Amino acid sequence: MAQENQENNSKKISRRDILAGLAALPIVGVIGYGLLRNKAEAEKRNSSLLSDIKPEIQSGIPPLIEGKTLKIGIIGTGGRGGYLMKAMGFVNPDKIDEYTEKGKTDKYWVQYLEDFRAQDNLNIKITAICDVFDKNAEKAITAGANVHRNGKGGNMDDAPKRFTTYKELIASPDVDAVVIATPDHWHVPIALEAARNGKHVYCEKPLSWSVAETYEIRKTVKETGIVFQLGHQGRQTESYNVARSLIKQDVIGKISLIEVCTNRNDPNGAWVYEIAKEANEKTIDWKQFIGQAPWHDFSLERFFRWRCWWDYSTGLSGDLFTHEFDALNQILNLGIPNSAMASGGIYFFKDGRTVPDVLNMAMEYADRDLTLLYSATLASEKNRGKVIMGHDAYLELSDTLIVSVDPQSTRYKEKLKQGIVEPFKPIYSYVPGQGAVDAITSPTEKYFAGRGLLYTYRDGKAVDTTHLHLREWINCIRAGNGAQPSCNIDQAFEEAMTAHMGTISYKEGRRTYWDKEKEVIV
Amino acid sequence: MRYTKLQSVVLVILRITIGWHFLYEGGVKILNPHWTAKSYLLDSGGFMKGFFEFIAGSQTLLAISDTANAWGLAFIGLSLIVGLFTRFSSLAAMFLLLLYYLSHPAFPGIQYLFPSDGSYFLINKTLIELFALLVLYAFPTSNMFGLHRLMKNNNSFLA
Ligand SMILES: NC(=O)c1ccc[n+]([C@@H]2O[C@H](COP(=O)([O-])OP(=O)(O)OC[C@H]3O[C@@H](n4cnc5c(N)ncnc54)[C@H](O)[C@@H]3O)[C@@H](O)[C@H]2O)c1
Repeated sequence: MAQENQENNSKKISRRDILAGLAALPIVGVIGYGLLRNKAEAEKRNSSLLSDIKPEIQSGIPPLIEGKTLKIGIIGTGGRGGYLMKAMGFVNPDKIDEYTEKGKTDKYWVQYLEDFRAQDNLNIKITAICDVFDKNAEKAITAGANVHRNGKGGNMDDAPKRFTTYKELIASPDVDAVVIATPDHWHVPIALEAARNGKHVYCEKPLSWSVAETYEIRKTVKETGIVFQLGHQGRQTESYNVARSLIKQDVIGKISLIEVCTNRNDPNGAWVYEIAKEANEKTIDWKQFIGQAPWHDFSLERFFRWRCWWDYSTGLSGDLFTHEFDALNQILNLGIPNSAMASGGIYFFKDGRTVPDVLNMAMEYADRDLTLLYSATLASEKNRGKVIMGHDAYLELSDTLIVSVDPQSTRYKEKLKQGIVEPFKPIYSYVPGQGAVDAITSPTEKYFAGRGLLYTYRDGKAVDTTHLHLREWINCIRAGNGAQPSCNIDQAFEEAMTAHMGTISYKEGRRTYWDKEKEVIV
Repeated sequence: MRYTKLQSVVLVILRITIGWHFLYEGGVKILNPHWTAKSYLLDSGGFMKGFFEFIAGSQTLLAISDTANAWGLAFIGLSLIVGLFTRFSSLAAMFLLLLYYLSHPAFPGIQYLFPSDGSYFLINKTLIELFALLVLYAFPTSNMFGLHRLMKNNNSFLA
């Protein structure tokens, strides 16, 4: 080769050399042409898809309203109560140590702890705790004192006071507002007591356990004017708000069917929770657990797995369908359906439970010309997503949002013909935190968006929706101008009645109807 | 050593097709302001998974790697097609391909979200293209066909 080089060097540049030297240049031109074509097409698709829609995307976290430190009491400090405390900034020091320990082998927990510590201080104090199980009450007390978010041995503040009954807690002048996270049959009695004493209420979902109490709580909340928030944190999910704005702009066309589902397939998901070893008749105030439920002798199973019995639970309809319903009610203002028809059974978990583990419900919205379909099993994880089906496109929702075109669409007929959009392929996607709705163009993007996986990474600043939901409630309390948060008592009333219609239909094996005038289920 | 006519033609075709592939891939990325390798990086597998996810997780690193990748591809492609600095760009190309391979190695038992276009065990098309570039590195042709031929001081740096 060295020889060849020498030969070349010694030669003068000939015509042949010039030809052979420059022959490849036209190829660059061809590729340039290909690139420009590609760009022009992408731009055409992008602009024609996005030019006529204006999605509303909330920017950032709403600022905290300033004011005096709120004194909060927590009633029911089990699984959810503990989580709500974390969302307000209070975690047991043991837990902090546990996150740190786990973080040594799994980076996820490092981020988890970082996110928790970065979560805004809501300027509240947990002054009171009430739980009928000693262990849970004690855990909440140490968490409540951990104002500085430390591990064990760290600096702690005053511990909240434990009350043995919710009535005493509510009566305490050291409580401005309460968070209720007891089993379902206790939500209304406690919320009523709080409202009557002028204490603001954040109540876990579902609003009510029986139909009758649903009217009473609505009336009382309205009369007393307390700030009420129902615990559907999905209200804070960005993609739901974006879905709402896209649908308002008629991106998917006339909606005829909405399908939502629950799919779980493990004992925990089927409410067969662990029974704490510290639990016994001495550490649990059983009588207070029973409350308005029919009497039953002490049972650890019933105490820990209360969701399996109608005596305390609202079943799949109240426990899980309500999350789906509230999301749709937020997006579409569905309200209470005209009728509901439910069927199902106890098909897998034959463990003595009375609530079904498979439930299917069809809810008709005659005045909206659409059906809401809910289908659930606790014995298969095949998830069918949340799909809103329109004549022009369908919208699939999770944390992300994806709109795909229907091949028979009227609105997109021309674009389909021109090949600007492809049938059944996503055209818009929205991913939280990204700050923009994207028109989808490249095959890679289509693929990832189609699987709802574009940027589903734990991307540094994921904010807890439960934190935002509590924050909204606290902001309304501080504003003190009569404004109610997003999941207010009217929304809660609709949620509860809709769930009850399904449950009654299942239990009685008949179709139930909502009498709009009289506001009763018939 | 001199190549036969057939050998030269075959080598030049290989050089230009690979260059074409690189230039077009790079060009598309440069021209699309929203392009990013983020989702690709997040889908990484194998023993370097953590490294690629780390890049995807950092705004700055991702921006640097996206820019370097897109312009790197384009320059390599251009160099291979016009026949200038081809030995250097063959090496750079192999380095890029090695990174792509390491982020999505064809190891048994790794599942990627993005489907593969065939069935591979250890060797996949990325690796084959990498070895094709090794051929170009070992058998340079730019001094016969390409800008290099026109350069007076025909040193191996330009090859
Ligand atoms: N929004 C959500 O995503 C979400 C998630 C989980 C649970 N929840 C809701 O939260 C509520 C609690 O669920 P959980 O999973 O925490 O149940 P859990 O059994 O873990 O906790 C309930 C707690 O309430 C206590 N309790 C029972 N009766 C009481 C009374 N009369 N006074 C004071 N404390 C009492 C129990 O001792 C227990 O500690 C349920 O209504 C559930 O629907 C909501």
